[in-house]
Amino acid sequence: MTAIEIKNLTKRFDQRIAVDSLNLSIEQGEMFALLGQNGAGKTTTIKMLCCLLSPTSGDAVLLGDSIVKNPTEVKQKINVSPQETAVAPKLSVRENLELIARIYGCNKGEAKQKANEMLESFGLTERARDKAKSLSGGMQRRLSIAMALISNPEIIFLDEPTLGLDVRARRDLWSLIREMKGKITIVLTTHYLEEAEALCDRIAIMHGGKIMVLGTASQIKEETGKETLEDAFLLLTEEAV
Amino acid sequence: MMRFLAFAERNRKEIMRDPLSLAFGIGFPVILILLISFMKQSIKGMPAELFAIDSFAPGMAVFGLSFITLFVGMLITNDRSNSFLMRVFASPLTGLDYVIGYTLPLLLVSVVQSAVCFATAYLFGLPFHINVLFAIIVLIPTALLFNGFGLLFGSLFTEKQVGGISSILINVAAWLSGIWFDLNMVGGAFKTVCYALPFAHAVDAVKATLSGDYNAILPHLLWVFGYTIVVYLIAVFCFRKQMRG
Repeated sequence: MTAIEIKNLTKRFDQRIAVDSLNLSIEQGEMFALLGQNGAGKTTTIKMLCCLLSPTSGDAVLLGDSIVKNPTEVKQKINVSPQETAVAPKLSVRENLELIARIYGCNKGEAKQKANEMLESFGLTERARDKAKSLSGGMQRRLSIAMALISNPEIIFLDEPTLGLDVRARRDLWSLIREMKGKITIVLTTHYLEEAEALCDRIAIMHGGKIMVLGTASQIKEETGKETLEDAFLLLTEEAV
Repeated sequence: MMRFLAFAERNRKEIMRDPLSLAFGIGFPVILILLISFMKQSIKGMPAELFAIDSFAPGMAVFGLSFITLFVGMLITNDRSNSFLMRVFASPLTGLDYVIGYTLPLLLVSVVQSAVCFATAYLFGLPFHINVLFAIIVLIPTALLFNGFGLLFGSLFTEKQVGGISSILINVAAWLSGIWFDLNMVGGAFKTVCYALPFAHAVDAVKATLSGDYNAILPHLLWVFGYTIVVYLIAVFCFRKQMRG
């Protein structure tokens, strides 16, 4: 079943086209990567799908609801872990989790219970009482993803989830993301090509607001005749310059 | 369920856990009351009427509330810069939820600020009377006004800009409200400008309340209400624009 159906989605800022007539279909339970250089249109696409930006034209239907006509319904089904860690710095780890649970409609008791589950799943129990700002970059990213998952979303958007993390923290986060695979639909943007290759079922490479290629990592390499995804990426984005 | 309550609670915690903000918002006016009161006892030349406690305390209460602009402005710009606001914008919270969520905790802070200010003034001779409680209520529209400015600045400016802009507003509110000198003494265009702005009216409304001159309160409060409504409307427009990216 289709989780996300994007139809001619376009975003124009004055004269600049950030996203140009995007058409894409993502299946339920799929882990999907959007790759591209800075300014390729990845984050703008995610922001439109999260109802944070209105499209200039076109639409996207998320689990039956349009981002243009029913943004409130869409928002109840999705959650996002933004590019920055997006945690409340002076709140404790537990308070951050409970806050998001309550914003999505849980009462205090339910929020506490869900926070406990998330703390355990993400290995944050020992730091539950610490202020979010005192966590390391890797731990803050974990918290950010836990905050995105606590509302039980059917679709989650992870915008550059491992940006700025060291190798170990990145690998730790990969394992957590892998555990989510198949259970919910995940749309991930990243600059790290090996991350997309290691985690995602399908990959789209964007450039200049358009999708240059779409498929599995192997399909993309085969299509471009390159041995690595990085070479394929460079070829596709260079050709379009 | 009232989702905005969870958001308001978070904002209250963020503000109350910032010792520097509290020190400025509550501590600074208290220190000024102490300082002026001690100076008045030691320096004979100080204008007795202007610095009489029932005249000076209302000004300090309004001055204390002006820091709310800084608290709210900083909170919103911080939330914008670390994308926390993006996370909550993607949630089912509505525009009204945000406005209430950023306003409610500051009303609580404003009541605490005013109470601490009058309690300090009590130590220096302000009589404890039911009018003091009325004065705390009369200060609420002023707290809303400064909260509105905070929402506006937080929506329009960056983290670095909002500190400077709020400081300018705090100074304007202090100098054009008749706290430090009698506006009648200056008179002319200066007085006209001061009374075309809401700050002197806010101070006069509190003075009228403390002195039991209830008929004089409403005309001054209408000025404060008028500005508050206009500032809130502009702030909500800018905030909603921010929400739509």
